[in-house]
Amino acid sequence: MMLPELGHFALILALLLAALQAFFGIAGPQLGKDRWVAAVTPAVAGQFVMVATAIGCLIASFVNLDFSVRYIAENANSALPLGYRIAAVWGAHEGSLLLWIFLLACWTLAVAIGVAKLPKRFGARVLGVLGFVSFAFLLFTLATSNPFLRLDPAAPDGRDLNPLLQDPALAIHPPMLYTGYVGFAVAFAFAGAAMLEGKLDQTWARWTRPWTTTAWAFLSMGIALGSWWAYYELGWGGYWFWDPVENASFMPWLAGTALIHSLAVTDKRGLFKSWTLLLAILAFSLSLLGTFLVRSGVIVSVHSFAADPTRGIFILAFLVIIIGGALTLYAWRAPLLKSQAGFEFLSRESFLLFNNILLVIALAVVFGGTMAPLIADALHMPTLSVGTPYFNPSFTTPILPLLALVSLGIMSSFKRGRLGEHRRTLLVTLGISVVLALAVSFGVFGGPRILTPVGFTLAFWIVLTSLVDPIDRWRRKLSISRSIIGMTVAHLGLALFVIGITAVESYTNEHDIALAPGQTAKQGGYEFRFAKLEPAEGPNYSGVRAQFIVSRDGAPVFTLNPEKRQYWVQRSVQTEAGIGTHHGTNILIALGEDLGANKWSVRLQLRPLVNYVWVAAFVMALGGGIAASDRRYRIARSEASEAVSAGGVVEAK
Amino acid sequence: MKTRFIVPLVAFVVLAGILAYGVKRAPEKHFIASVMVGKPVPEFTLPSLTEPGKMVTSKELHGKPYIINVWGTWCYACREEHSALMSIQQLGQVPIVGVDWRDTDEDALAWLAQLGNPYSHVAVDKQGRLAIDLGVYGAPETFLIDAKGVIVHKHVGPLSVEIFKRDFEPKLKEQTQEGAS
Repeated sequence: MMLPELGHFALILALLLAALQAFFGIAGPQLGKDRWVAAVTPAVAGQFVMVATAIGCLIASFVNLDFSVRYIAENANSALPLGYRIAAVWGAHEGSLLLWIFLLACWTLAVAIGVAKLPKRFGARVLGVLGFVSFAFLLFTLATSNPFLRLDPAAPDGRDLNPLLQDPALAIHPPMLYTGYVGFAVAFAFAGAAMLEGKLDQTWARWTRPWTTTAWAFLSMGIALGSWWAYYELGWGGYWFWDPVENASFMPWLAGTALIHSLAVTDKRGLFKSWTLLLAILAFSLSLLGTFLVRSGVIVSVHSFAADPTRGIFILAFLVIIIGGALTLYAWRAPLLKSQAGFEFLSRESFLLFNNILLVIALAVVFGGTMAPLIADALHMPTLSVGTPYFNPSFTTPILPLLALVSLGIMSSFKRGRLGEHRRTLLVTLGISVVLALAVSFGVFGGPRILTPVGFTLAFWIVLTSLVDPIDRWRRKLSISRSIIGMTVAHLGLALFVIGITAVESYTNEHDIALAPGQTAKQGGYEFRFAKLEPAEGPNYSGVRAQFIVSRDGAPVFTLNPEKRQYWVQRSVQTEAGIGTHHGTNILIALGEDLGANKWSVRLQLRPLVNYVWVAAFVMALGGGIAASDRRYRIARSEASEAVSAGGVVEAK
Repeated sequence: MKTRFIVPLVAFVVLAGILAYGVKRAPEKHFIASVMVGKPVPEFTLPSLTEPGKMVTSKELHGKPYIINVWGTWCYACREEHSALMSIQQLGQVPIVGVDWRDTDEDALAWLAQLGNPYSHVAVDKQGRLAIDLGVYGAPETFLIDAKGVIVHKHVGPLSVEIFKRDFEPKLKEQTQEGAS
């Protein structure tokens, strides 16, 4: 089989096509060569075909278990089930990069179709910037991380996929996350094109918005899947650890969230232009920085993989070229962009400005904590390690006022500097929220901590204020656009998220105990009977499975089966927690060590409403999806094509 | 007026400098990991967490092999490791000395009360002096010290019973055989 060579060759062709796409897309409009501009789209299509061929070859080689390919010998095994053979493609560094490139090619193709109705030169510039990014990634892959390298002689069998990654959630986590990361490249490319043109108007924001929102929705889902996976697969007992790798995905999300809101202002009011540009650059830069931090070994993380300093130097070089280039362009071009209008203090613009300021502060907190060990090292200060004691309070500080701003922002209007009749609605809904929050804190859960009623109040307030406008429109039989539905759904998702986090952080109950089969433990109103322990066999592992009967007030609730697996090939031990949910409380049982004398260490965790945290992320993503599909973005395109036929230049409205 | 548009670029240049330094230093981090093995454990005198007013000193520990385990309640991998430490302690082969790194006493005591205490002594290392002397790059890290006070093995990351049996037990057996002969 020559599939690996075919894939390798396709990647080289893709590199050449990406170079053409970048050159024609950026130089063509700059020099006014329309024939160069016309060559961009074919280059995009060609590159897509080549990249798809390459990843197709790698997938086929994995399915065939071609152990003469080094990457496959390192990440698969003849006992690995088919589904995970495909997921193993992105199980390590080389294949993850190829997946990244493939997703970029998909986005670029979609953009090429989307910008077909936009002014030709502008569209070419967007595709040119994307081609440049793609070129850099392809060069990096071919130079340092080629997944198609042969092994001579071929391995008789492979080393198998890291057992941690043999899980459905983790199989789809990287594609989701990367779709988000790479999607911010589109916002970045739109920003680059606007700076190359030296012009940015409200229509630009309207073109950029659906792409950004879609990318953000994917990133939200990707992060949530990762968090969910960490919760039940690692059984460390939490949904977020402020690990550098997690932070690397969270920082672009924060920047993206700020960008979505700032784009709304640029779209509706023509304000914050240079700030929006900067955020678009920032969101993608942080995606790149995340890749750098995870892969260079610069920051030591518990789940950093494929750390390699040579790759680090390469990624750093293209961080400097791409981000440095964009910021140089920004320093040169952004002063040309002027906002025509001003705005008043209590208007929606000002609340969204505060939203952006607080999000950027939160981002700075995460960034500072993530980079602190590195900065301390560079300044020859003592080794510094930053953990939850730093992150939790410093992150919560800007987030609490931000949550309060959501309600104020929703109830205010663009242009108008007064809350007017909404003042009463705001106070009434706030009053109801406080009462509800106290009732829930004391009534349902019994005994709050300090921040418990605050968290619940803010969440309920968001719910109530979010619903005011849609209900009002519905009663007056006015149309409700998808933008508004999407925004409302996303904000309700946020409220759900806050409710979940408040409940978990206030009322988690966890203990490690020693238990033998037949014994019963009591915790948080539940009884846990360790019914039996039996051997468990899988396709590529063996282990033990415990049976726990969970009951409340003598009545059985459900049976949980935590496992402990020994993977043969990788010789690693993996715990599979038993997880169930009863009345909103997530019950997790993890099997620890065999303590001898028939006793096992067992961890029992009760986390109320923790599921809300992950569900909420998907609700937010759903909101993003709905908003991105609004008709006004499609109308914007036909308007743009009219503008082109009228004279090739799009003027601000 | 226009200078404010250059600020992001300047900030990025500074960041790139720090990252470049980080890349340069990355290989050294792995080097440091092995450099302490074969050297005497740094002298230390640190307050005890579990016995207020008392000190844990390296001198009183010498004479028998022991394990130093660097941990902190802020370190989530330590939580994963904890049940393994409990099991190793129950094996009764070697005492484990905990070094509570950059932590608050309340949190640490609550942690031990909740999850169990596998340590014969717990030294409080608020400033992280001992951790630096030991070349610790991130918790948890575990060191095996022989009867003469020399570091004979180092493990980075969470310890498990399997790793203990594979890497620590053979070295411990050598120790007891040497002691017997």
